[in-house]
Formats: sequence, C-alpha cells, structure tokens
Amino acid sequence: MLDVVNLRHTYGQGPSAHHALGGIDLKVAEGELVSVVGPSGCGKSTLLRSIAGLIEPTDGHIRIRDGHVTGTPGDLAVVFQDYSRSLFPWMTVGENVALPLRRRGMGRAARRAAAAEALAEVGLPGAEAKYPWELSGGMQQRVAIARALAYRPTLLLMDEPFGSVDAQTREDLEDLVLKVRELHRMTILLITHDIDESVYVGDRVVVLTKSPARVAGELSVDLPFPRDQIATRELPAFVHLRAEVGRLVRAKEPLPPFHASQQA
Amino acid sequence: MIRRRVARGATGVAVLLIAAELAGRTGLVDTSLLPLMSTVLARAAELVADPAFLADVWGTLIVWAAGLLIAVVIAVPLGTLLGSLPRAETATRPLVEFLRPIPSVALLPLITLLIPDDSAIKMTAVVYAAAWPLLVNTMYGLRDVDPIAKETMRSFGFGRLAVLARVSLPSAAPFVLTGVRLATAVGLIVAVSAELITGGTAGVGAFMIRAGAGFRTDLVLAATLWAGVLGLVANALLLELQRRAFRWHAATSGELS
Amino acid sequence: MSAATTLPPAEVTKRRARGGRLSALVTRVWLIPVVVAAWEIGTRQAASAYFPPPSQIVARAYELWFSGPAAHLFLTDDALGDFLPSLARLFGGWAVACVLGIGLGVALGRSRALAGYIDPLVEFGRAIPPPALVPLFIVIFKLGTEMQVATIVYGVIWPILINSIDGARYVDRLHMDTAEVFGMGRAQRLFRIILPAAGPKIFAGLRLSVALAVILMVLSELVGSTDGIGYQLSYTQMNFDLAGMWSVIVLLGVLGLVLNASFLAVERRVLSWHRRARQTT
Repeated sequence: MLDVVNLRHTYGQGPSAHHALGGIDLKVAEGELVSVVGPSGCGKSTLLRSIAGLIEPTDGHIRIRDGHVTGTPGDLAVVFQDYSRSLFPWMTVGENVALPLRRRGMGRAARRAAAAEALAEVGLPGAEAKYPWELSGGMQQRVAIARALAYRPTLLLMDEPFGSVDAQTREDLEDLVLKVRELHRMTILLITHDIDESVYVGDRVVVLTKSPARVAGELSVDLPFPRDQIATRELPAFVHLRAEVGRLVRAKEPLPPFHASQQA
Repeated sequence: MIRRRVARGATGVAVLLIAAELAGRTGLVDTSLLPLMSTVLARAAELVADPAFLADVWGTLIVWAAGLLIAVVIAVPLGTLLGSLPRAETATRPLVEFLRPIPSVALLPLITLLIPDDSAIKMTAVVYAAAWPLLVNTMYGLRDVDPIAKETMRSFGFGRLAVLARVSLPSAAPFVLTGVRLATAVGLIVAVSAELITGGTAGVGAFMIRAGAGFRTDLVLAATLWAGVLGLVANALLLELQRRAFRWHAATSGELS
Repeated sequence: MSAATTLPPAEVTKRRARGGRLSALVTRVWLIPVVVAAWEIGTRQAASAYFPPPSQIVARAYELWFSGPAAHLFLTDDALGDFLPSLARLFGGWAVACVLGIGLGVALGRSRALAGYIDPLVEFGRAIPPPALVPLFIVIFKLGTEMQVATIVYGVIWPILINSIDGARYVDRLHMDTAEVFGMGRAQRLFRIILPAAGPKIFAGLRLSVALAVILMVLSELVGSTDGIGYQLSYTQMNFDLAGMWSVIVLLGVLGLVLNASFLAVERRVLSWHRRARQTT
C-alpha cells in the first residue's frame, strides 16, 4: 500500500549540504503497523515529511496505493510529536477534531458526531467543549490521535507520537494505538527512537542508519496479540527482538574515527 | 540570501519611483497637485544645501531632543519612585490611566495661551507626550523585577538603595529604553504637529505649512522625505543602542504601550 | 464538572470577591478624588483665568453638551454637531486602516518574496511622522473630511500593518504543516489558522492605533475643519473660553479612556483562548 523507492533528500547545497536520506526503500502492506527506528537525528522525520508531502524529496519515488505522492495525499493523517503546537489553541477540542472533516464533505452535524465518536474512542468522551491547553499532555495527544481517527485515513503517520509524555502515559497511548488499529484495520507507519516501543507496537521494525539514512535492517515481530505492557515485555521473544533491534541501531553507527594523521 | 533581499528591496523602491513618475507624465495624476517624482527628488537634493530648510530641520531637532531629554529627566525618576513603591503605584495608576489618553495635541491650544514663546510651546507638548511611555515603561519594568533577585541582595545585608541601584534599575533598563524608543517616535509626531498648528517661525512643520500655502507640493513632499529619513535614522540609532546594551534581554523586542 | 457541584462555592467566592472588590477599588482610586479636590481648592485660591476650577469645567461641559432635550439623550445640538462628525471620521479612518493594514500585513507576512520588495517602503513609510503629511493632504483633498480621514488612515495604519506582518510571518510551522496534511484549502488556512494565530499580535497593533487615531483626529480638525471636537477646541481658544477648552480636553481624555476600555473588553472576548492558554502553561 505504501511503497518508497530509493528515497533521497539533501538539505541545502554545496559543501554545507546535509544529506538526510541516502536512498531508502520501504514497503508497508495494507493493515500493517511498521515501526521505523533509528538513532536521533538520522532523518526519520525527513522520511515522514516526504511521505506526508510536506517536503519534496530530492530523488526517489513514493507511491500510496499506486498513486504517486505529489503534494499532500488526500487520505493520509499525521500525528506529530509536539501536540501542543499541532493542536490549534484557539479552537475547542471538538473543533480541532472536526476541522479536517470539512474536506470530507461532511455537514456540520455529521462532523460533530464523528468528532464525538472519535473522542470517545480515545477515552475522552464529552471533552469537545474544552480547549486543548486545559488538558494534560497525554490527553492532548489523545485529541491529536482522535483527530487522525475521525479523518479515517488509509495511512496514518505518527512522528515520535509519545516522545513528549511521561512513561505511564506513554504506555497507555501505545495500547491506545494498538486498540484503534485493531478496530479500524488501519495502516500505520510509526516513527520512534525508542527501541522497546518499536518492538512493542510493531508488526515489523525497520531500522535506519545514521544520516544519510539507509535501511540497516528489518525484523518481523512475531509477538502474540493482544499485547500487554507487562506480559509481552517479559516474553523471551520480546527480549530477543529488542536486543536484535538494538544491535542494528548501534552496529551501524560509525565508530569514532581515529587516525594518527588527524593529530597533525 | 541577503543579496537577494537587497536586490528585491531596491526593485520595490525603483518600481514605486518609476510608477509615480509615469503617473505624473502620462497625466494620470495632476502634476500641479502631485509633482513628478523626479522633481521631488531634485527638490529634496536641493534642500540639503538650503540654509533656510536646514535651520528649520535644526529647529525641529532641538525641540525634539530637548523635549525628550526633559521628559526623561522627569519621567524616569518618577517612574522609578512609583514603580518601587507598590502602594504609590496602585494609588497613581488610575490617575495615569486617565491622564495618558488625553491627546497631547489637544493641549496645544491651551499651551499656546499659557506660554508666549514659540519653541517653549512645542517643547512643552513634546515633554507631555513623551513622558507617558517613559513613565509607564519605567513603572512596568520596576514592578517586573524578579523578587528572588531582590531578596538575594537583601539577604546579603544590602539596603534598599543598593538593591535599587544594583538589581532593580539594571533589570528595568531595557523596559526604560523601550519607553525611550516609543517616546522618540511620539515626540517627533508631536513636534511636527505643534509646528503645523502654532504656525511659528521655525521647524519642518512650519516649512511645510509655508510651502503648502504656496501650493508648492514639490517642496512639501521633499520635506516629507527628509522627515521620514529623520525618523528612520532616529529609530535605527535607538534600536542599535538597545541591541548593544541589552543583548541579554528578551523583552527588548516586545513593545509595551 | 457538573454545575450543581461547582455553582455554590463559586457563588460564595463571587460574593466575597464583591466585598473585596469594593475595598480594592477604594484603595486603588482614592487618589483621584483627592487630586480633584486639591485642584478645585488650588484653582479657586489662585483664581487664574487659565486654570478654571473643575466644578466650573463640569458646569461648562454640561452647558455645552449635556443640557439638551431628553429626546436627544440630553445631548445638545452642539454636542451632536461636534461628536458625530469626529466619531465618524475616527471610526471610518480606523476601519479603513484596519482592513488595509491587516490585509496587506497578512499578505506580506506570508510571502517572503513580496515582503522583500515592499519592506523598505514600509520601513520608510512608517518613519514619516504622520502630521508631516497633513500639508500635502490639505493641498490634495482640500480642507474637509477627506483630508481628515486620509490623515487618520495614514497615521494609524503602521502599527496595524507591522503587527500583522509579524503575526502572520511567525505562525508556528507545525500549525501550517498540520493544516497542509489535513488538506485545508487556502481560504480555510487563512481564516482558521493564520488569522487566529496572528490574532494576539494584530490586536496589539489595533490597540496602539486606536490611541493614535484620536490624536490624529484632533490634529486634523485643529488644522482645518468646520465641525468636530477639534474644531470646538480651536473655537473655544479663539473666544478665550477657557472653561470650554478644558471641557474639550477632559472630554478627549474620557473618549480615549472609553475607547481603550471597550477595546480591551473586545480583545478579552476574542482572545480569551490566548489569555487563558498562557495562564495554564
């Protein structure tokens, strides 16, 4: 359903250019949840922004359901890490969730109903009239997820969605994502720098190298569903997978260069 | 990047000048009302060497600068006093709130009756107008001083005056300077207004009134150009001063009113 | 958060606050009657023609403007003749400046290229002290309402324009990205994202411009007008009617105060999200 071929992106030109993506190939099947993990600053966000059509990659192709991505695709939603900046503080929670539904050609009442339903699904029933900044960080991110759910995207992109919340909330949100995707059979591409998380939520983990990012390796996650924060994490298979991913993430980091000639 | 900005800026200015020139030449605009841009620029260049005009500019500058200086001397100490005494601040605030919105221009007819001297009239108006932003910003700056910093000084046994000199005033200084910048802009507005209304003998405003009365819009526009240059230079100087003196302070960009 | 549980304590605190508010009001405004009384006594003692006592100013103001028939809300014909044209110019000029300033400001704020071309002109235009254009406007528009409105528009547009540029330029990138991802159209982006995000800045500019508008209204009417508050001011001056002149000055102070207060009330409503969001974070 998502097909990324030899994606490259370079910021700037000349000697100061920064090669963020160095030729990435990535496939995501219908209904799959793929975690993309890599060292921080490796270009994960550049990958996501390219797929979302927010930046135009220097080279390569992105296809969603056989359609080339040029501009922002119509049936795609993004959950950003920084919920406080991605939700609009001048709108209520209900308006935030309902806003993108205008594009779906829904009437006012239908938009409202869809927003209420999505909010209930993420565990915030009746929060429509509140403002985002009246909610805790975890709840705000739930609103952002509800906004994406209500939009009914064929592909949901999540950019470090739980990077800015505390550990307990993070676990709750991970379970929330697993629940809603079970419910809606959504295709999700989740970007994270957390190795544990990538294994816990993913059907498959794709590991990127440091920039310019390439795919360092892929691992299938054959852990049983439903996953459980305690039980799943103590399975030997989980521990093993986590170690494998960790090895991939670290092994590809270049060793600190040391040359005798550099001392000169 | 910077080169492109300069190029674009120059293009914008050039397009405006040429458009204005063409509007006059094609008869779109009545040149007896709005003279050709080239005429205005030529007049502006001539004015630099015109001793009468220079005397007028000098007159405005003196009124403006002296008025500002007097306003600073009055308003900053007063603001410091009121700002560091919370009770005095709450008591005077409504008074300030009532007096501040009285447009200084409205006081001109009264001042004209009270004071016989031409430039003293203008200066009084400038002082009145410039004092408010200075006073309010100084008060605000002093009220905003971090209480922990003050308590730290006190805990080391420093007296009130030492705290004022070493903590309160330095941390209020950027606000005061913002007040100075606002006062500078208002001061120029009022100085020119006063010259327009009281007529008088010297000043850019008086020059313009004379030129306007003779329907010499070319001279009026040329003088307007120089008035803009004056404002531009003053603002740039103060911004630079502010940037150098208070690089550490974030509030310098926020203008308080 | 049911109403039943929150209302009674809220009512209690409200009542308590009302008592507290009264005493707070007294501690805040006690100086004003003191100053007025001192002024009254001082001016009576000095008996200067230039400084009539406040009681005389109030009496004159009543006589001039507020002794009219009940059908006209007790306003005299003079009051209607002075206030209405002035307020019409004030609000008319201000409204034109708002539309032009916000429209142009948002365009300049969102387009780097456009801003590059126009920026120097904006910088120069705002540096010209607005009264300096009065002589030019007098020649172009002749004495009258057009000249006065032009003066007000030119004078007050700059704070609006500069703040709108600033506000529109620094809309959070993630706001814009989010809007793009969810496929919001141009109009929707402008009205639902850019304008609200720039709102606090724009309002700061609008508030500055209201105060400026009063100044320029008075100036333009002093320089050349046959009606309006500024005209009344120069009329009282010519007739050496000092009590009347002081009345006009006080009236203008009240006008500025009322305008500022009502503006703040509107701002409070429109930007309540901004104020409360800042309080919680």
